[in-house]
Amino acid sequence: MAEGGNRAGYLLLAPTLAVMALALAAPLGLLALYSLTATTGPVLEGGATYSQYADVLGRAGYRALFWRSLGISALVTAVTVALAYPMAYFVAFQAGRWKFAWLIALTIPFWTSYLLRVFAWKIILGYGGVINSALLSLHLVSQPVGALLYNPFSVVVTLTHAWAAFAILPIYVSLEKIDRALLEAATDLGDGPVRRFLRITLPLSMPGVIGAAILIFVPTTGDYVTPTLVGGPQGSMIANVIAMQFERIGNWPLGAALALASMAAVGVTAALFVAAARAATQAIK
Amino acid sequence: MKSLRAYALAYLAFLYLPVLFLPLFSFNNSRFIAFPFTGFTTRWYSALFADDAMLHALGNSLEVGAVTALLSTLLGLLAAKAVTQYRLRGTGALLGFVSLPLFIPDIVLGIALLLLLGAIGFPLSLAGVALGHASLCVPFALTVLIARFEGFDRNLEEASADLGEGAWMTFWRVTFPLVLPGIAASLLLTFITSFDEFLLAYFLSGTEATLPVYIWGQLRFPDRLPMVLALGALILVASVALVVLAEWARNLGVAPGKKSIGA
Repeated sequence: MAEGGNRAGYLLLAPTLAVMALALAAPLGLLALYSLTATTGPVLEGGATYSQYADVLGRAGYRALFWRSLGISALVTAVTVALAYPMAYFVAFQAGRWKFAWLIALTIPFWTSYLLRVFAWKIILGYGGVINSALLSLHLVSQPVGALLYNPFSVVVTLTHAWAAFAILPIYVSLEKIDRALLEAATDLGDGPVRRFLRITLPLSMPGVIGAAILIFVPTTGDYVTPTLVGGPQGSMIANVIAMQFERIGNWPLGAALALASMAAVGVTAALFVAAARAATQAIK
Repeated sequence: MKSLRAYALAYLAFLYLPVLFLPLFSFNNSRFIAFPFTGFTTRWYSALFADDAMLHALGNSLEVGAVTALLSTLLGLLAAKAVTQYRLRGTGALLGFVSLPLFIPDIVLGIALLLLLGAIGFPLSLAGVALGHASLCVPFALTVLIARFEGFDRNLEEASADLGEGAWMTFWRVTFPLVLPGIAASLLLTFITSFDEFLLAYFLSGTEATLPVYIWGQLRFPDRLPMVLALGALILVASVALVVLAEWARNLGVAPGKKSIGA
């Protein structure tokens, strides 16, 4: 294409880039700036300092918080992907002419309000909630079970439910793309169903698995709603502590440093995971 | 295999049961969300529609959703045309940059935008929420529209040019109708994303609540819960209607064997 044509192409991109520069690049740049400011509070003044980062990295409480958030999200990711894989496999290979109906049925629950999907679990797991009131009226317990809500367990259950579609769809797409002739060839050459799955289906669907894992791990690590509603003190996560710095505590620079540190932690963990998953895929092949 | 089918049905039940508690208890004649049921009522729905704060928040959400949908779809449309129809240097890096919101936790984006609005002295308002939502939604719009642009035959545009149409008329008479299903799907997808988004709105909306921010405020009051469940049930019904519309639009003009689903 001619040079003039390319200029038109860049002109078409310009508005999107301008808006994304304003709504994405500028805020993130400012966040970095705030994380290095010496004064607390919303005013940007005073010299640069690394003290917030020293705080974030140095305090045992924050380190524990980061590990817990990453741990909860990693567990959620693993459980969600593991539960979704057979589901996606069923739709891709065995749903037959009901494939499209299954896909619609699987996505519908995810179009309710996210807040209410999370809140539903508070109703279900709560002290006076659905499970407890059902157990009581069936005389299976004499008093409500308190251990169901406000702990890392309830956070994991809730997030596993809330993000299921983000695992099912990418895995389904990658399974759907697999050339069926490869599977027939493996059978013809003497592979049993298990060996065929491990050598062909699983490696070829790994891009979907990796995509699903990233799509779930990144947002769940920074989720605010779920730990706030069902987490309790033992289940609180990074987002709660970041939000606190901007609300009650009013230490904006520390909040900014926590936010950037969590972004970095999520990014590094996700990158390591992708590298490991690719290596593992190569190894099975 | 029978066992896999049983697993699929059990999984489906796991996905639906919590969500179905919303409509179920919204018709229960008790302030407490617990078994056993005490009777059928529609009073929570009447209370909901008598609640001015809810109606106001609904209006705000519709407004923000509409602005977000139009803005992000327009930006996605221009960028998708640039990316698919010109061979530009640095396209990969640009797409990476624009997709960044998918890889950043919302809480980080929310407070970063809060800092920006504070720094430039822009008051917290629905406009700020719409800006934040647009940055979240542009990657979705772009994905849907790039797929649509890649799916159609460039020869049609060239034929139009050869037959003497200018660039503008070619766009309106050839490109636009071909991309229209993608545009409709993108509008609906970005609208629903904005309509359901809580965290950015929570930080950026100031005194004007959107619907999720309003719901969040109600969750603290046990007395208000049945009404919130009624609202949730209505949102579920409306969203399903919209999603079915979006899927229908997305698959218009696509060969029957190529039906697909999802964002």
